[in-house]
Amino acid sequence: MAYFSVRNITKRYAAHTALSNVSMDVPEQSIFGLLGPNGAGKTSLIRIINQITGPDEGEVYFGNEKLAPHHVDRIGYLPEERGLYKKMKVGEQALYLAQLKGVSKSDALKKLKYWFEKFEIQAWWNKKVEELSKGMQQKVQFIVTIIHEPSLLIFDEPFSGFDPINVNLLKDEILNLRKNGATIIFSTHNMASVEELCDNIALINNSHKILEGSVKEIKKRYKTNTYSIDFDGYSGPVQSLLPAGFMLAEDKTDDDLRQVTVTLPASANQNELLNAFMPYVSIHAFREIIPTMNEIFIKTVHAAGNHSINS
Amino acid sequence: MNKIILVIKREYLSRVQKKSFIVMTILGPILMAALFIVPIYLSQMSDEVKKVDILDETGWFINKFENSERFNFEYVFTDLETAKTAMMAKKGYALLYIPRPEVSVPASAMIFSEKQASIDLKGYIKSVMGKEVENQKLGAEIIREIKKANPDFNASASDTASRESIVSEEILKNIKTNIKLTSIRIGEQGKEEKSFTEVSMGVGMFAGILIYFFIFLFGSQVMRGVIEEKVSRIVEVIVSSVKPFQLMMGKIVGVALVGLTQFMLWVVLTLAIVTVFQTVMPEKMKSNETAQTFKPGTRIPASAEANINFEEAENPDNMDRIIEALRSIDYGTMIFSFIFFFLGGYLLYGAMFAAIGAAVDNETDTQQFMMPVTIPLILAIIVAQFVINNPEGPVAFWFSIIPFTSPIIMMVRIPFGVPYWELALSMALLTATFIAAVWMAGRIYRTGILMYGKKVSWAELGKWLFYKG
Repeated sequence: MAYFSVRNITKRYAAHTALSNVSMDVPEQSIFGLLGPNGAGKTSLIRIINQITGPDEGEVYFGNEKLAPHHVDRIGYLPEERGLYKKMKVGEQALYLAQLKGVSKSDALKKLKYWFEKFEIQAWWNKKVEELSKGMQQKVQFIVTIIHEPSLLIFDEPFSGFDPINVNLLKDEILNLRKNGATIIFSTHNMASVEELCDNIALINNSHKILEGSVKEIKKRYKTNTYSIDFDGYSGPVQSLLPAGFMLAEDKTDDDLRQVTVTLPASANQNELLNAFMPYVSIHAFREIIPTMNEIFIKTVHAAGNHSINS
Repeated sequence: MNKIILVIKREYLSRVQKKSFIVMTILGPILMAALFIVPIYLSQMSDEVKKVDILDETGWFINKFENSERFNFEYVFTDLETAKTAMMAKKGYALLYIPRPEVSVPASAMIFSEKQASIDLKGYIKSVMGKEVENQKLGAEIIREIKKANPDFNASASDTASRESIVSEEILKNIKTNIKLTSIRIGEQGKEEKSFTEVSMGVGMFAGILIYFFIFLFGSQVMRGVIEEKVSRIVEVIVSSVKPFQLMMGKIVGVALVGLTQFMLWVVLTLAIVTVFQTVMPEKMKSNETAQTFKPGTRIPASAEANINFEEAENPDNMDRIIEALRSIDYGTMIFSFIFFFLGGYLLYGAMFAAIGAAVDNETDTQQFMMPVTIPLILAIIVAQFVINNPEGPVAFWFSIIPFTSPIIMMVRIPFGVPYWELALSMALLTATFIAAVWMAGRIYRTGILMYGKKVSWAELGKWLFYKG
């Protein structure tokens, strides 16, 4: 049973269609990567989930419940374009935003104290936001996103503007949130963090969903039966060693070691490749080439065509 | 509902804590109090001796008015019209006419003058007349009291000691006389107009300008608030918690409360400053020195009325005059209308300003939308100057009915008296219009706050009205 699901959502604006017939299921207590090139419709979908706008067609469900206004208190949203009231004091502002999410004042104070100490920003409580560095503001923003302990969190590019130390701090917190039961929708262009954090992903391109599934399963699906061997002791042509149907993809020499990458026919087994090499070379490493999310992203989007860059 | 209250609270508190609000709150009353106090001083500074003719039909006040360095009194014995013409001919300052009372003691008089008669002159006249009348009454009362106690009493044998014992609170109350002094201006063509109208004009114009000022000041605060939220990008966080309409209304209502707070503080502080001024300088402002002079059981200074100098009496009369004129205005209607038209006009324009704020990315882009919105307001202020001269004319009527100008023009007209049906019609139209404006602004706002980097045209705004949620 999906914790959160989107059913056949279509959203049109005057000039273009932002989402057409998009469906997806977000399993409970998982991190779900919402991916797609710029202008694909991710923000539109996120705004629909947040009930900032409504869909033209389709529905959104929390378990069995249809999305309703009272659900906003169960959602925490960190938008990509974020900001705070510049002239307002940090603590006052955090308190205000927490109360807007339905947290009582005394509760909010207690929780804010905990988080401000954890993020080591308690000294900034009475400072105005405009006096804070960008990174500090981001920390405050992150805290107010999670302060009401939402069961569904939506992070849109959460790591932008953070230094590597704080990126790690944030990653740990996000993983912690999942451990404590939260379901997280994570939108980003940073594919490395997708591989690191996401359990499942959906890829939206040009208003259509073109890929969905668990990260492991998708990687498996995109494997091309390609392997690479590091060896030395042989400098002749490689192609002649390979059995019929085996394709040499790459052949390069680094320092002392030569590295070749070979794509096998679908029916072939990787041991056949090893057997072909072993009599001639001494092998240092042998591994399967698994496509990165980055490659899958680019490949899928290109295959879908009509990729409009930065539109 | 709770959330909209949170928004209102934030909008309100963040504004009333600002330095600019506090400065305005303090400066406003000082300026307004100065409006009351400075003219009083200025009127005393004139050093020219003014000729005042006195036509006293009662004969009570002959030689009671004493010449001073500012006024030269001259008694004339003729009929009113001749006296007026004579005064005009010799370029006198004013003519004081004390008509013979029908039944009792003289209690009213008229001042005819070309220019508005000065406050200190009126004050002096009222004080002299008041003293004289009270003195006469007092004498009569004392004699009656004594006769009641001792029928054989001979008036000529009265001595000071017995007078003292007889003057009671009751008698003092009986003799208290309010001199009614009507000031009438003789116009260029010898036309007489009551200067009461000037107070109406003043009050009307003041109320109109105040509303104009409040709408502009607080309307543009709403707009800047919306732009600030948009520019700082906090708006997306907020609208994931509250509905855009709640956010917009919270802001509009919060700012309205700021406006009302400021207004109330101004009224209270102005009154406080004027009161303090009266207490600190009693010789300038005291209005009831007659009651103090004749304290029960104390010796009556025989020469009290002769010792009065100008300063003692002029200012209370200034206040009295204004209050008297203000009383002629329908006070209840005035205050109710002011609050209604302030809120109505503010909501109408505030909603439009909020929509403009939502449609643009920064303040410099507001120009093209501001123009059409502010034109009716500016037009209203221009028209107001014609309306005060002709508060019943068709221009006055239509501009006070059309909702975009009615908050200002109706306020200008109310002190002159407006038929209730016109008031009701104007209020109903204003209410309907601001509801429509708030609805439309809500639609534009909802779309606009999340729209960045796009120069919006009027046609575009029109389309936003019909976007689905």
